[in-house]
Amino acid sequence: MVSQLIGKYYRTGSLPHIWCPGCGNGIILRAIVKAIDNLGLNQDDVCVVSGIGCSSRASGYLDFNTVHTTHGRALAFATGIKFANPDLHVIVITGDGDSAAIGGNHLIHTARRNIDITTIVFNNNIYGMTGGQYSPTTPTGEKGTTAPYGNIDANFDLCELAKAAGATYVSRSTIYGANMIINQVEEGIKNKGFSFIETISICPTYYGRKNKKGNAVDMINQLKEMSINKTAYDKLSKEKRNGKIVVGELHKSQRTEYTEEYEKIIQSF
Amino acid sequence: MDTFVKEKINIEKELCKGCGICVSFCPKNVLTIKNEKVHIKEIDSCIKCGLCELRCPDYAIYLGGK
Ligand SMILES: Cc1ncc(C[n+]2csc(CCOP(=O)(O)OP(=O)(O)O)c2C)c(N)n1
Ligand code: SF4
Ligand code: SF4
Ligand code: SF4
Repeated sequence: MVSQLIGKYYRTGSLPHIWCPGCGNGIILRAIVKAIDNLGLNQDDVCVVSGIGCSSRASGYLDFNTVHTTHGRALAFATGIKFANPDLHVIVITGDGDSAAIGGNHLIHTARRNIDITTIVFNNNIYGMTGGQYSPTTPTGEKGTTAPYGNIDANFDLCELAKAAGATYVSRSTIYGANMIINQVEEGIKNKGFSFIETISICPTYYGRKNKKGNAVDMINQLKEMSINKTAYDKLSKEKRNGKIVVGELHKSQRTEYTEEYEKIIQSF
Repeated sequence: MDTFVKEKINIEKELCKGCGICVSFCPKNVLTIKNEKVHIKEIDSCIKCGLCELRCPDYAIYLGGK
C-alpha cells in the first residue's frame, strides 16, 4: 500500500523507483505532486516533461501526461507542447547537467520568452546517471570523476542566471525544507510566465562519496546548516556568505507571456 | 476521551531502502532501523507531524487511516 497522494498521482506499478537509498529525487517529486494536489489541478490538464538523467527519470513515475525526452532538450519539447496546447499546465523536471550544461542555451531562451512553463531543477551538483562527472553547479574545488583533484571552474548560480535571462518567478529551496518546495511549486504554477525553481538535492552515491560528505542524513543536515533566507544573507559579511544556500522566493516580475503574444498574431489574420 | 481523528503511521517495508532519513528527522525519536528497514520503536511518542512522510524518498512511511 501507498499513501492516498502517491496512489493518486504515481504509476505505482513502477515502484520502488530506481533511485539509490537516500537520493533526494523522491523527496522533490513528492513535493511536486503535493503542490499539484493542493492546487486541485486535473491530472489530464498537466503535462510533465523531463530530459535525461537520474532526476529526469521522474516523469516515468507520474500519472499525468508525461514526456521523457532527450538530454538537455526538455524545455524545447515543453515549448512545443505549450504552444500546441496553451491550456495545459506544463511542468519541466530537469537536472543541473540537463538544464545548465547541455541544455543551458534552451534555459536562457525559454526564460527570455517568458513562456508559461514551470521548471524544477533537481540540483545535486553532479552528473549522477553517468557516474559522477562534475557539472556546472559543482562548487569550485569539489571533486567529481572528471575532476579528481578538484574542480577549477566557477559554479553557476542558476537562479541568478534564470532571473537575468527573464524568468518572472525564481526561487530556491532544499530537500531539508521540503514544505518550502511544495509552496514554491504552487507559486510557480500560478505564475503566468516562466517560473524557475531550483531545488537543492543530494546524490549520496557520487557527489557524497567523492567529496566525503557522509551519508544521506549527514548531507541533509549539511543543507540545513547552509540554508539561509535572503534578508539574513544580505546582512552577512562577504566572508560569511561563502558556502551559504540562499533559499526562498528570489525574484518576481510581470511581463507579457509568450503564447499570449503569439495568439495575438494568430487573431490578427 | 480522545475526540480528534487519529491517523496512524503506516509502513510499507517493500518500498523502504533503509536510508534512515525518517529516523533522523523524526522529532520524537519514534523510529529506528532494524535489518536495513524502518521499524517503529515507540509509537506512543508519535505526534503525527508527518515529517517522516514528507522526507521519505521512497514513500515507504506515511500517515493515514484510523
Ligand atoms: C546527447 C547526450 N549527451 C550525453 C548523454 C549522457 N548523459 C546522460 S545523463 C547525463 C548527465 C546527467 O546529469 P544531470 O542532468 O545533472 O542529472 P542527474 O543524473 O544528476 O540527476 C549525461 C551527460 C546523453 N544521454 N545524451
Ligand atoms: S546516482 Fe545519485 S542522483 Fe542518481 S539515483 Fe543515485 S543518488 Fe540519486
Ligand atoms: S509522524 Fe512525526 S512523530 Fe510520528 S513518526 Fe513521523 S516524524 Fe515521528
Ligand atoms: S526515509 Fe523511507 S526509505 Fe528511508 S528508512 Fe525511512 S521509511 Fe525507509
